[in-house]
Amino acid sequence: MKALAETSPARTSATRVPGRRPLRLGPVSTVLRPRPLLVLFAGLLALLVVFACDLALGDYPITPVGVLRTLFGGGDTGESLVVFQLRLPRGLTGLLVGAALGLAGAVTQAVVRNPLASPDLLGVTAGAGAAASAVIVTGGALGGISGFAASVGLPVVALLGGLITGVLVALLSYRSGVDSFRLVLVGIGMNAMMVNATLWLLTMGEVQDAGRAMVWLTGSLNARGWENVVPVALSLAVLVPVTLLGCHVLGALQFDDDTMHGLGVRVTTARAAMLLSAAVLASLATAAAGPIAFVALSTPQIALRLAGTARPPLVLSMLLGATLVVGADLIARTVFGSLALPVGVVTAVLGAPYLIYLLVHRYREVRT
Amino acid sequence: MSRSLADRNSRHSDTGSSRSRQGDDPAPETEHSPRTPVDRLSNRRRRRLIGIALLGTLLLASCVLSILIGAKLISPDAVLRALLSTTRTENHVIVYDLRIPRTIVGVLAGSALGLAGALMQGYTRNPIAGPSVLGITQGAGLAVVLAVFTLGITGMLGFVWFSFGGALLSALAVFAIGSFGRGGATPVALALAGAAISALLQALTSALVLLDRQSMDVYRFWKVGSIAISDMTVISQVVPFLLLGLLLGLASAPGLNALSLGDDMAAALGHNVTRTRTVGVAAIAVLVGSAVALCGPISFVGLVVPHIARYFSGPDHRWLLPFAALTGACLVLLADLVGRIVARPSEIQVGVMLAMIGAPFFIALVRRRRLMRL
Repeated sequence: MKALAETSPARTSATRVPGRRPLRLGPVSTVLRPRPLLVLFAGLLALLVVFACDLALGDYPITPVGVLRTLFGGGDTGESLVVFQLRLPRGLTGLLVGAALGLAGAVTQAVVRNPLASPDLLGVTAGAGAAASAVIVTGGALGGISGFAASVGLPVVALLGGLITGVLVALLSYRSGVDSFRLVLVGIGMNAMMVNATLWLLTMGEVQDAGRAMVWLTGSLNARGWENVVPVALSLAVLVPVTLLGCHVLGALQFDDDTMHGLGVRVTTARAAMLLSAAVLASLATAAAGPIAFVALSTPQIALRLAGTARPPLVLSMLLGATLVVGADLIARTVFGSLALPVGVVTAVLGAPYLIYLLVHRYREVRT
Repeated sequence: MSRSLADRNSRHSDTGSSRSRQGDDPAPETEHSPRTPVDRLSNRRRRRLIGIALLGTLLLASCVLSILIGAKLISPDAVLRALLSTTRTENHVIVYDLRIPRTIVGVLAGSALGLAGALMQGYTRNPIAGPSVLGITQGAGLAVVLAVFTLGITGMLGFVWFSFGGALLSALAVFAIGSFGRGGATPVALALAGAAISALLQALTSALVLLDRQSMDVYRFWKVGSIAISDMTVISQVVPFLLLGLLLGLASAPGLNALSLGDDMAAALGHNVTRTRTVGVAAIAVLVGSAVALCGPISFVGLVVPHIARYFSGPDHRWLLPFAALTGACLVLLADLVGRIVARPSEIQVGVMLAMIGAPFFIALVRRRRLMRL
């Protein structure tokens, strides 16, 4: 193209594609699209603002300057106690969980090529929920190991439940390759089993235990401390870069299997790896905060519509997921303080109208 | 964009050659013998007719079993005597007031949910669509919880109209939102509007349930779903709506076939796309609303039955819809039957049994057969 431009400038101006500016850095060249980048920065800004508000607002309000001072080592003991022991771990848990859910949802929707797909659909969240409800409901009656597990090991149990379900779905749908349609159908079946096992457990138990299980099943960030943040943060630090590195295959995964083979993609490996990372991310998030509904489903679709890309943008979905969860927790904490409304309720109340607004004022027809 | 194009192309070829592709099925006799298209056509037709006959027989057998078998052990001839006698013996009461209404509800609700699921997957062109995806079940759930929370209604009979109204309202909202945007109620817009509305309603329900222990106690039992309704007056009030929904649903098969070629092609074939969709959504709303009103959210049937039916009927909606209705009825009755047998003298709700028996069967089916795509 460049050589052509030097020899015959007149012809280049005739064949130039309008509106697509190339960006060339040595051997790498890409199309520069300002809108996704702008939206990305706006998302980052929104996350920062919401996170700052989350640290500043509450029963013990601190000025933004006070928050900054405390974060950098200053501030009085009261402020540093509130920020470091109460709000920062809770806010960070929300941020990490939201980011994990957003990324997991975006990856799942891109791989399965279905806007309704989310890790919930593959049974991962329901598996975690079933394991946790089993512990909560039987823990009250049996005590002993279940009682201990109910207080300390609930996240571990949930993580195991989610991972086992995810692996089972993958194994059951493997038949000389992982077909995404078959995977979705197996996921539906597995999800139904897990959901109904949970429901059955809820009717089996005492109403108090059922209520506690219901709170967990709605997703909550109440009383999250550093012991919740550290494992999630460490696992995300490993998983997120790996998933983002793998994202170049997502473009190819948009096509059907034959085209993908033609493009030289190892279809089964790529698909399985991406879905496995999504399942692990979702299980981790569920273990940390319970199944927070709707984030994984909606944020990729919102991000897709805001950025105007062809498939859910990964980083933007992460940012929006984190913003949504932190913002929802902020509202749950400050507006409905005495009710202790779980964050899972508020995410849907915040996110659903926005998605509906985007649907009504559709920028363009997007098909995932 | 290229993806949607490829998708549409494959769909064209899918429906266009659905009859001549009969040889792709793993039936052994079609492997080697060369067949003319006419042969294949008649062969598929015969298989579908046999399938309908088999399903009808199975449904009849499950109805008989559902009346014969229950939590209380009554010998078949005692059941027969109770059926024929008019005196109010204990057996007579059990058969007429418990088992027969239950069987009727099972057949009606099962066929309604199966048909509604097939309609939903057809209209949204999405294999994951089901009653809970379009927010209809959640609307019914919220209405029930509101009835408990504000009016203090606790009896199952009081819920029927609330859940029916809630289901209709939420279906209306989903369709309105889905059709506001550019291009009308496209499949993606419908599905996403449904997902958003159902999440919103579910969140409101959860909030209410968490605030109020009495609502929680009612909700957790309602949510599981059961066909053990013994009041014939409730059944007779809901049944007309159900039958209307079944008629509307079965009648929309040709329109659905055209819509599966894409909106433009359907319009070119002379179908009024908007009207076809409106009728379809109305049928879905009435079907799911009355089924949920009778027996709570049994979401598994609507989601899974269409896939099972599609394996046997193929993608043609004129066959798929009746297959889905019959399969749904059989599945619900059989699952309820097993739930009554395994946990004697109490019983396990049909929703749980369906998932526990139906899901493994479904997974096995998905693994074994060639995938029938939507």
